[in-house]
Amino acid sequence: MKIAVCVSQVPDTTTKVKIGPDGKSIDPSGVTYIINPYDEFAVEAALQFKEKHGGETIVVSVGKDSNKEAIKKSYAMGIEKGIHVKTDVEMDSYAVARNIADLLKEINPDVIFFGKQSIDYDDSQVGSLVSEMLGIPSITVVVGIEVDGNKITCEREIEGGKEVVEATLPAAITTQRGLNNPRYPNLKGIMQAKSRPIEERQPTYTGNKTEIIAMTLPKPKSKGKIVGTDVSAVPELVKLLREEAKVI
Amino acid sequence: MGKVLAFIETRDNKIKNSGFETASAAVKLAGETGSEAVAFLIGSALSGIASELGAYGIKKAIVTEDQRFEKYSTTAYSKIIAQACKESGADVILLSATSMGKDVSPRISAKLEAGLVADCTEIKVESGNIIATRPVYAGKAMVDVKVCSTIKIFTLRPNVFKPVKVDGVTTEVVKVTPDISDDDFKSQVKEIVVNNEKLDVTEANIVVSGGRGLKGPENFHLVEELAKVLGGAAGASRAIVDAGWRPHSDQVGQTGKTVAPNLYIAVGISGAIQHLAGMSSSKCIVAINKDKDAPIFQVADYGIVGDALEILPVLTEEFKKVLSN
Ligand SMILES: Cc1cc2nc3c(=O)[nH]c(=O)nc-3n(C[C@H](O)[C@H](O)[C@H](O)COP(=O)(O)OP(=O)(O)OC[C@H]3O[C@@H](n4cnc5c(N)ncnc54)[C@H](O)[C@@H]3O)c2cc1C
Ligand SMILES: Nc1ncnc2c1ncn2[C@@H]1O[C@H](COP(=O)(O)O)[C@@H](O)[C@H]1O
Repeated sequence: MKIAVCVSQVPDTTTKVKIGPDGKSIDPSGVTYIINPYDEFAVEAALQFKEKHGGETIVVSVGKDSNKEAIKKSYAMGIEKGIHVKTDVEMDSYAVARNIADLLKEINPDVIFFGKQSIDYDDSQVGSLVSEMLGIPSITVVVGIEVDGNKITCEREIEGGKEVVEATLPAAITTQRGLNNPRYPNLKGIMQAKSRPIEERQPTYTGNKTEIIAMTLPKPKSKGKIVGTDVSAVPELVKLLREEAKVI
Repeated sequence: MGKVLAFIETRDNKIKNSGFETASAAVKLAGETGSEAVAFLIGSALSGIASELGAYGIKKAIVTEDQRFEKYSTTAYSKIIAQACKESGADVILLSATSMGKDVSPRISAKLEAGLVADCTEIKVESGNIIATRPVYAGKAMVDVKVCSTIKIFTLRPNVFKPVKVDGVTTEVVKVTPDISDDDFKSQVKEIVVNNEKLDVTEANIVVSGGRGLKGPENFHLVEELAKVLGGAAGASRAIVDAGWRPHSDQVGQTGKTVAPNLYIAVGISGAIQHLAGMSSSKCIVAINKDKDAPIFQVADYGIVGDALEILPVLTEEFKKVLSN
């Protein structure tokens, strides 16, 4: 089995967003970058897949030099091989997916894991885009996986419940929190990750389908009203919700 | 001028509320671009429900029925939505950013080589260009996005675009036979497991969420009772999901669900940035927290600084009283 996993590198969840000088992206100064949290579930899923069904694991990341950190984190967890498609061009999900798809066509994986979304642009697109470009089925927002021969059955989260979805391999899976508990890299893993080579590639596609024309900060809320400091405030709160906010 | 194709989601052969939202948004956008809104519905036995869209201004609906569409299939649905786009001559496709819409839309984007803007909270037309606004960085910033391809796809964040009723429109319903084979069902939903009919936080108009300030799982019923009286859903902070009080499916926030109800009541929740990411676009936010400096008060419209365990039962009673009048 060939098992691929795609990872992105994103600003840490506690980042305070400041708009950069171009007015279209964030000011990166002082921002700490981490592997996309959902991609840790994808890496863990790839490792568990290998442990159960055998095969080799390979991680792919498209982006700046700093994306190597996400590959190294995957190495430290146990992924064996890594490819970095190096580019400083800002790519949208479509362009990222095209680069991944072009690369994976060569590799021909039996299963590809993605996170359910990158927490920078919150797009939730790349996994499904890549699978359509490769002509294979996809199952998104997955919280449970079972494999039987070339049949893969997953549970995916939907509004108010779960769907049980069946597909045949090769297939792409996007992972949701709850699927597994990503392992912590041990010291040996971290040491080995440092020296393990990362194959570098040039992008095969750079045409974006979408263009960000402006980034703004959400309008600050006018300061809320503290209605009171104990139960005596309850009737007033209910009155305000009915008569002023008109939400009840 | 092309057309705006609105994919109308159904469940159990009924139009979902998000479907009406998509219909209204399509009618509005078509009005602004001088084109026509066409609804598209997929199902196994939709028996005339498409005509309900007239009340939202849809003049034409295309319906495609097949036994195999009874349950959702990513591969099959994306194929026939892309087909419908080509056949109807649409240059815009709108879908709701529900779990189905988010799943199917990128595949349509790849098939049509069309740019997709996901999870939009606003769509406007400026000097002939469609500009979509969407939150990024978990709502910490907003971007305005333009699509460069001829066909443009947008998914709409549920609960943000309101269905608007209009008078005097009847829907012409056109049935088409899908061009589809068994081979197109490479992925197929086999079964749907419903969380014991519980209303999902993403679909509720009112959400009452609890956090660690509730002290223990034994007190969570106070949140559930308030949610019940208000006809809403009960949500949770990650802290109490991690502690095992509540299932992950109830978690609101960056690594949980994104909600935008009319009313969000946060009880005993500090308002960490990752929690705010999931609920800050709610229309009205109420916070109950005993710490007056808790960050949740910075996004709240109304707050009570006090002990949730004392306030909740009184609040529930008060709502019961006023709602029964
Ligand atoms: C990568 C990452 C992702 C995350 N994703 C999410 C997410 O999706 N959703 C999420 O919620 N969190 C998320 N978090 C966690 C988040 O940072 C907070 O730790 C979490 O939201 C805190 O939950 P809480 O407000 O219930 O608990 P606490 O922060 O402990 O707050 C409890 C609050 O209750 C108040 N309180 C105490 N007693 C009472 C009382 N008797 N009456 C009233 N108030 C009382 C306290 O004043 C306090 O403000 C994430 C964190 C990380 C690092
Ligand atoms: N630049 C990238 N390189 C490799 N994988 C990516 C990249 N961007 C996104 N992905 C993968 O696609 C998933 C969904 O990302 P997105 O569609 O951007 O929300 C992520 O969780 C990653 O698994």
